[in-house]
Amino acid sequence: MIKFENVHKHYGDFHVLNDINLEINKGEVVVIIGPSGSGKSTLLRCINRLETISEGLLEVNGVVVNDKKVNINEFRKNVGMVFQHFNLYPNKTVLENIMLAPVKVLNKSKEEAKKTAMYYLEKVGIPEKANSYPSQLSGGQQQRVAIARGLAMSPEIMLFDEPTSALDPEMIGEVLDVMKALAREGMTMVVVTHEMGFAREVADRIIFIDKGQILEDTDPTEFYNEPKDERARLFLSRILNH
Amino acid sequence: MLDFTILSENFDMFLEGFINTLYVSFLALIGSFVLGAILAIFRIAPIKPLNWIGTIYVEFIRNIPLLIILFFIFTGLPVFEIRLSGFVAGTLALMIYTAAFIAEAIRAGILSVPKGQMEAARSSGLTYTQAMLQVILPQAIKIVIPPLGNQFINLVKNSSVLTIVAAGELMYQGDLISSRTFVTFDVYIFVAVFYLIITLPLSLGVNRLEKRLAVSN
Repeated sequence: MIKFENVHKHYGDFHVLNDINLEINKGEVVVIIGPSGSGKSTLLRCINRLETISEGLLEVNGVVVNDKKVNINEFRKNVGMVFQHFNLYPNKTVLENIMLAPVKVLNKSKEEAKKTAMYYLEKVGIPEKANSYPSQLSGGQQQRVAIARGLAMSPEIMLFDEPTSALDPEMIGEVLDVMKALAREGMTMVVVTHEMGFAREVADRIIFIDKGQILEDTDPTEFYNEPKDERARLFLSRILNH
Repeated sequence: MLDFTILSENFDMFLEGFINTLYVSFLALIGSFVLGAILAIFRIAPIKPLNWIGTIYVEFIRNIPLLIILFFIFTGLPVFEIRLSGFVAGTLALMIYTAAFIAEAIRAGILSVPKGQMEAARSSGLTYTQAMLQVILPQAIKIVIPPLGNQFINLVKNSSVLTIVAAGELMYQGDLISSRTFVTFDVYIFVAVFYLIITLPLSLGVNRLEKRLAVSN
């Protein structure tokens, strides 16, 4: 469903992504981990072309993403994204946040979009906040709204860019629970995160990336028990023993 | 003491000037806002040639005196067989001049909206234009209102320069009355009061709007 073939990306002299080869199948939950600055967020953001690649082939849902002729807005309908800092629209209510894209992009009627929005708000557990503004919500609630906003487009793929990194510890659980439920329903998910518990419990595969290269691509148990790569071992010992 | 007979005896002329200043200001305000908004989008849009046009316009226009722009339109255009009245030439000059400042204010407002807002909107499938209209501009407006208010107040005051092309506005009427009656001080005091009648409510209005928008955030 997602296929990177010899993908490179440069920021000036900086080689952010170095020969990435990666295939993600429908329904898979893939967790990308790695030290900061390793290129893991960039990798994720290439999938919906928030970042462009310099070389190679990137195919998502049968669409060559780096092809200039691609209708990017059409393509993005099928790929939801959740950000570290939620990025909810502060001037719109929770409901309006979720309804915007379905109404403007999918041309749904307001009523229909509202019904869908309420359905997903129920699902993430905060239907009572429908008419609140983002600033009136806690961080965890905001991120759950952001997930509902992504889901309201009924995407086939959901991308998560460090969804819990900006949250207070007691709110991380509520967001992870929503993500776990989503994974169990068979959503194709690519998640950049440091949440090892989540990775172990839900991930089908773990990708370890450092200095723009994929160093490990294994199942979680294997990764945690005995990572093959030296840098992965070092990284793991640091985050597990801090 | 102020000589109020100057005001009462020439009230029609003052009033005519006042109405013309209102007219000029209103037209130039609408025009410069529209032109300024377009220029701001030009400067930000991800299309290089538009960026250049926007930058060249802003840098040239805001760095030349209004008076010269006015002269160019009033005395330069007739060379190309385009003859405009003082009123029209003046309004155009004000609009062209103020648009450069308004473009900068709007651009700064748009840039102050966090980048993640555009990313969230675009990643949900909205086009650049939809994201601008639905997400970015409504947030930028709140930031832009105080500087815009300043520009509008400047615009009203700058319209006094139009006296030089006999646009018939307040300053021009003041000059006329003064040269006819040989009274200077009193006449210009009343002229100033008429300007205040326009600018003070504008200033207070901007303040109130600013407060109201702050609450809704």
